[in-house]
Amino acid sequence: MPDYLLTTSPQMAKRHKRHKRFQWYGRIAIAISISFMLFMFTAIFFRGIGAFQKTMVAVDIQFTESQIDPSGVRDATSLKQANYKPILLQGLQQVIPGATERRDRNNLYKLLSNGAAFDLGARVANTPDLIGTSERVWVAASSEVDLYVKGKIDPREIPEELRRLKDQDIAWIETLRDAGQIKKKFNTAFFTNGDSRSPEMAGILSAAIGSFFSLLICFSIAFPLGILTAVYLEEYAKKSKLTDLIEVNINNLAAVPSIVFGLLGLAIFLNFFNLPRSTPLVGGMVLALMTLPTIIIASRSILRSVPQATRDAALGLGASKTQTTFHHVVPLAMPGMLTGTILGMARALGETAPLLMIGMVAFIVDVPKGVTDVATALPVQIFLWADSPEKGFVELTSAAIMVLLVFLILMNVFAVYLRKKLERRW
Amino acid sequence: MLKKLLLCSVLSAGLAACGSSDGGGDVSTDVPSATDTAVTANGRDQIKIVGSSTVYPFSTTVAENFGRSTSFKTPIVESTGSGGGLKLFCSGVGANHPDMTNASRRIKASEVKRCADNGINDIIEVKVGYDGIVLANSRKSDQFDISLRELYLALAKDIPNGNGGLKQNDNDRWSDINPSLPDTKIEILGPPPTSGTRDAFVELAMEGGCQTFDWIADMEKADKDRYKAVCHSFREDDNFIEAGENDNLIVNKLNANPNALGIFGFGFLDQNADSVQGTVIDGIVPTFENISDGSYPVSRSLFFYVKKDNIGVVPGIEEFLTEFTSERASGQDGYLAEKGLIPMKPAEHAARKASVLALETVSLN
Repeated sequence: MPDYLLTTSPQMAKRHKRHKRFQWYGRIAIAISISFMLFMFTAIFFRGIGAFQKTMVAVDIQFTESQIDPSGVRDATSLKQANYKPILLQGLQQVIPGATERRDRNNLYKLLSNGAAFDLGARVANTPDLIGTSERVWVAASSEVDLYVKGKIDPREIPEELRRLKDQDIAWIETLRDAGQIKKKFNTAFFTNGDSRSPEMAGILSAAIGSFFSLLICFSIAFPLGILTAVYLEEYAKKSKLTDLIEVNINNLAAVPSIVFGLLGLAIFLNFFNLPRSTPLVGGMVLALMTLPTIIIASRSILRSVPQATRDAALGLGASKTQTTFHHVVPLAMPGMLTGTILGMARALGETAPLLMIGMVAFIVDVPKGVTDVATALPVQIFLWADSPEKGFVELTSAAIMVLLVFLILMNVFAVYLRKKLERRW
Repeated sequence: MLKKLLLCSVLSAGLAACGSSDGGGDVSTDVPSATDTAVTANGRDQIKIVGSSTVYPFSTTVAENFGRSTSFKTPIVESTGSGGGLKLFCSGVGANHPDMTNASRRIKASEVKRCADNGINDIIEVKVGYDGIVLANSRKSDQFDISLRELYLALAKDIPNGNGGLKQNDNDRWSDINPSLPDTKIEILGPPPTSGTRDAFVELAMEGGCQTFDWIADMEKADKDRYKAVCHSFREDDNFIEAGENDNLIVNKLNANPNALGIFGFGFLDQNADSVQGTVIDGIVPTFENISDGSYPVSRSLFFYVKKDNIGVVPGIEEFLTEFTSERASGQDGYLAEKGLIPMKPAEHAARKASVLALETVSLN
């Protein structure tokens, strides 16, 4: 455009300003959204990063037979259930000999997680040969000790009577630390344990497996149903009042709040079909109902974008309608349909509300082994931890959010990858 | 491409099927009485508990310890709220219905009837202990010291106008109620009406304050509906803020706003004693001891209910009851006290324990 036109016409200058201004509005809008997102991510990151480490205490343990297995039978169950408290205490008292009175001993023992004795029991049950030997074992510290070692509580700021860790406890911790018997280690329990009431023993495995089974069911129901519906409606069905009605309904269903699907699941799957409550089977079915409209809508719009010329050419060469559809149209549309499905599944992964209604908001310690085992899901686990009074759950909540976000990002990246890799342009 | 996909979905469906048979297999192999067809047909080898979110932390703690220290599976604890839990509990017998339900109040006669209608006649009542509902504020400001009457005047929708009638609550600052209270805006964060904590707070604190006006107290017999409307309604302006079910959120908000007070369970005060302090109500500080001996006015009993007929059908129920009522769990220095439960006094604990272990059923008369 010639320069004089721009400078001479006031109208033109105004238009240009408007153009510039609009661009700036857009940029500001993007900047604001990004800063919100960054704020959220950094807040979660800094709150949750600590949970990937856990404070461990080294205890020198004498596995004396008279204390663990007085009968000498080496029965796994009784080895597991033996009383390991005195053994752990004796180990601690080697470093802190002063704690001999009952009250002191109890307080000293409370520095360790109450899961420590169970972990030790499981270990002895697995390798009974340990009995009779002595070994330095790293066991989990209690959540309070963990928070103190990580610097999340500053005892100098709070008067002693308000603290859960008293001055004596802190002195003991420092003694142990000076002896090199307190260390922060990678928190494997977070990835290998189910839920627990003690933050230092709680993990996401049972919730993650529950989510996996739910998504598996959701995918195996929603994907074939959604694709078949979309193909039929787009390629075969004649346009009539009925198909219009179906189309309107599908669009409406996509906008229905997810809790409604939960209520539906409660009424139909649980109360009518009597399927087992709180299981990934029912959870997956409810999530499938929820993602179905999304998949159908996405698949239909992809099918619509396959050029008519492809169909005409196939039909012209003598292919039947079904051959045309399944040899030419559907393969061309598949990458797009998959992308739509994965995005639908990603939404299902982050969904809590429908699971509330079918009893998946539950305390699950054991890892589910199949779709009919009782389970919970990752977002539900986050919800439950966020509502727990113990302070140690604050960082666990954020860490679980990080894990969930990683899964969501992976699924979305996979969707983008599929689209880029397989997409065809016309 | 398509073939691969079909293969994929067939595979995943197959996986799901293997998964489900795995789970089913487990059930029948773990139960010793697997020969009993009634048990294996729709049986369960895992205790199922539903109910109150207030009892949930205690119930789950016992469940976890029970699972770890015995050969039984860890019971499943679902958080559904007291009312919802009792509804599920009373909806029928069999493996699809829970064995136990937690409640932050006692079972109602109507619920006992509902249970009986559905074939559940023998219910064992287990008292867990006590829970105090506290009003707390940030440690950055001074501790509050108010009476139930003042609390009612701060929170109610309508308050007495001084000559036998009611007026809309116009107290905006604490000093409007009593000049000796601080001259700050009344800001109280509390749970929504769906919460059991709110129910208990209304019943204990609001009614308690309400009753200090003789003419309203008289109304209770004469016009129950009006009495309830007067005593149970919270104000709807910005002096009372519904802060959702999440008590951690309320604690965070109190730290951010030193002038605000929050309503939540004693467990959260106990865990956050470094940042928030409990309000003195009617001269009583909400401490462990004061709630335990009943002198703190806003405290309630927590229960759970067990289907007696399921004992012997679902393995581990009796052992679970033994664990729950044991000294090391719900006793004075038990691990539940660590979690913020206020245990019963030793004498009451012993008596309750005896009747539970004798499997005495509840009778509401």
